[in-house]
Amino acid sequence: MTSDVDVSMPRVRRRSGLVCALMKPRTGGLGLLAAIITLLPLALPNAYAYDIAINAGLNAIVCVGLNLLIGYAGQISLGHAAFFGLGAYASGILTTRYDWPALAALATGAVLVGVLAFLVARPILRLKGHYLAMATLGLGVIISIVLNTESWITGGPDGLMLNDFTVMGWKLSGDTTWYWTVGVVLLVSVWLSLNLIDSPVGRALRALHGTEIGAQVVGVDTAHYKVLVFVVSAVMAAVAGSLFAHYAGMVTPGKAGFMKSVELVTMVVFGGMASTFGAIVGAVSLTVLPQLLVAFEDYEPMILGAIMIGTMVFMRRGLFVSLLDLLKTRRRA
Amino acid sequence: MTLLRVDHLSKQFGGIAAVDELSFEVEAGTIHSIIGPNGAGKTTVLNLITGVYTPSRGAIYLDGTTVSGKPPHELAAHGLSRTFQNLQIFTTMTALENVMVGRHLRLDRRFLPSLFRFPGVVKHDAAAREHCMGLMEFVGCGRYVDADAASLPYGALKRLEIARALATEPKILLLDEPAAGLNATESREVDAVIKKIAAQGITVILVEHDMKMVMGISDRILVLNYGRKLTEGTPAEIAAHPEVISAYLGAAA
Repeated sequence: MTSDVDVSMPRVRRRSGLVCALMKPRTGGLGLLAAIITLLPLALPNAYAYDIAINAGLNAIVCVGLNLLIGYAGQISLGHAAFFGLGAYASGILTTRYDWPALAALATGAVLVGVLAFLVARPILRLKGHYLAMATLGLGVIISIVLNTESWITGGPDGLMLNDFTVMGWKLSGDTTWYWTVGVVLLVSVWLSLNLIDSPVGRALRALHGTEIGAQVVGVDTAHYKVLVFVVSAVMAAVAGSLFAHYAGMVTPGKAGFMKSVELVTMVVFGGMASTFGAIVGAVSLTVLPQLLVAFEDYEPMILGAIMIGTMVFMRRGLFVSLLDLLKTRRRA
Repeated sequence: MTLLRVDHLSKQFGGIAAVDELSFEVEAGTIHSIIGPNGAGKTTVLNLITGVYTPSRGAIYLDGTTVSGKPPHELAAHGLSRTFQNLQIFTTMTALENVMVGRHLRLDRRFLPSLFRFPGVVKHDAAAREHCMGLMEFVGCGRYVDADAASLPYGALKRLEIARALATEPKILLLDEPAAGLNATESREVDAVIKKIAAQGITVILVEHDMKMVMGISDRILVLNYGRKLTEGTPAEIAAHPEVISAYLGAAA
């Protein structure tokens, strides 16, 4: 069951208005997230901490979108880093080589990625399970190779350097400005994601996850909704990619590669599938953990691996969803 | 008035004809049962009518227009809805949400209004919620409204599928063995539900092995054997038909 949809309306309605609002994902969850984003700077001691927070936020935006595809609609993609990368490169190429305004480049990148995702989605999403994984992996690899080899426009393995993100004379620079920008974009993506899930469109997505034929016989055009969610998640990845490129000031093909795709899927699964907040928890955990484990030097990857295996063995539904379930059973008991 | 007409319908699986030159008509507002021994092609007929399979030959007419070869979601828009012998439940959703998916075609399902949660979407969702709760009461699983679908007992899931199918407001409801796996008491409860559905003017096509149910509630019965029509008639005619008895018992009656 998803933790993002208020399923117990009648029971909750009996409580007072405020408690009721706090129990709902759209008000309570979003409010809590806003509070955390607002208060977090108090605990961020230096630029390095800000950098981790901003990267975690950007990953979270991608994961919120990817969770719509993987967690809710039950479709896998092992090529989403390519969309992230294409967004980043679109911003890089259009702003530096063609002197486009940053916002127009971001929007154009998002639209181009959306169109590309739309074109490949129909043939690819006819496949299921392992075959779909292979096809999306192939797509990601192709895009990654193109970014690596077409150096006349992408800069090849060296990548591209970008200027600051400027909107109508206002320059987006400095850690705190970037932090708030990413925070707001994340909040908006979460709000949109929660809206979508608790709507006829969202129910259609979750239904086709359960059984496609069951969804079709009540009128759900499953092929249409699979394409739709694929495009939405690709566009969200592209937007995060554009922001990342400007924030980092550079983009390299590695950001569009297979390992990044796997990392994104891992974040969604680690946090808890079919939960928007789970996706955020996953993205933040797996961005922060490697930094915390740096002290262990050579053993860092081993410890990270052990934590991930342990989580999946003991909390199969993911960190966030499992803990939430635990909390609910405690309260009932 | 003939609501559904099946005309020389055939379905081949490899060299085997699961359904062979089958023709029959269903009158609006009736309960029309399809019976036959295991492997007679009953479920295949249902799958052909609802677009899950495409016919090898022949045609299906709904309200006089041909609908054969259309995908299931388009047929749902034409007023066909069904349940499954092997349940097709959305196990990651609540029981109520399962039924609400059945309102899909009746709600604003455009992307942007859903994404930005337009007031209309909220209002219609609330109305759909109430409506679907009513349907769950109607089929007799009202107490599971808040429950996760995966936690429901088998008998309740069977009814939940009926509620989901009714949520589409179908002209024809096709039920594939609604009593399979139920005990006698539960079967009689499903009898009552099917009668109530027919009383609302919804045409019911019923595939069922429970003879007590079939004989008790059907207006007409179609008997299949080896994918062909053995005979067709009222329950009284079928019960007295020597070929039906021999098809079921195998012996030379």
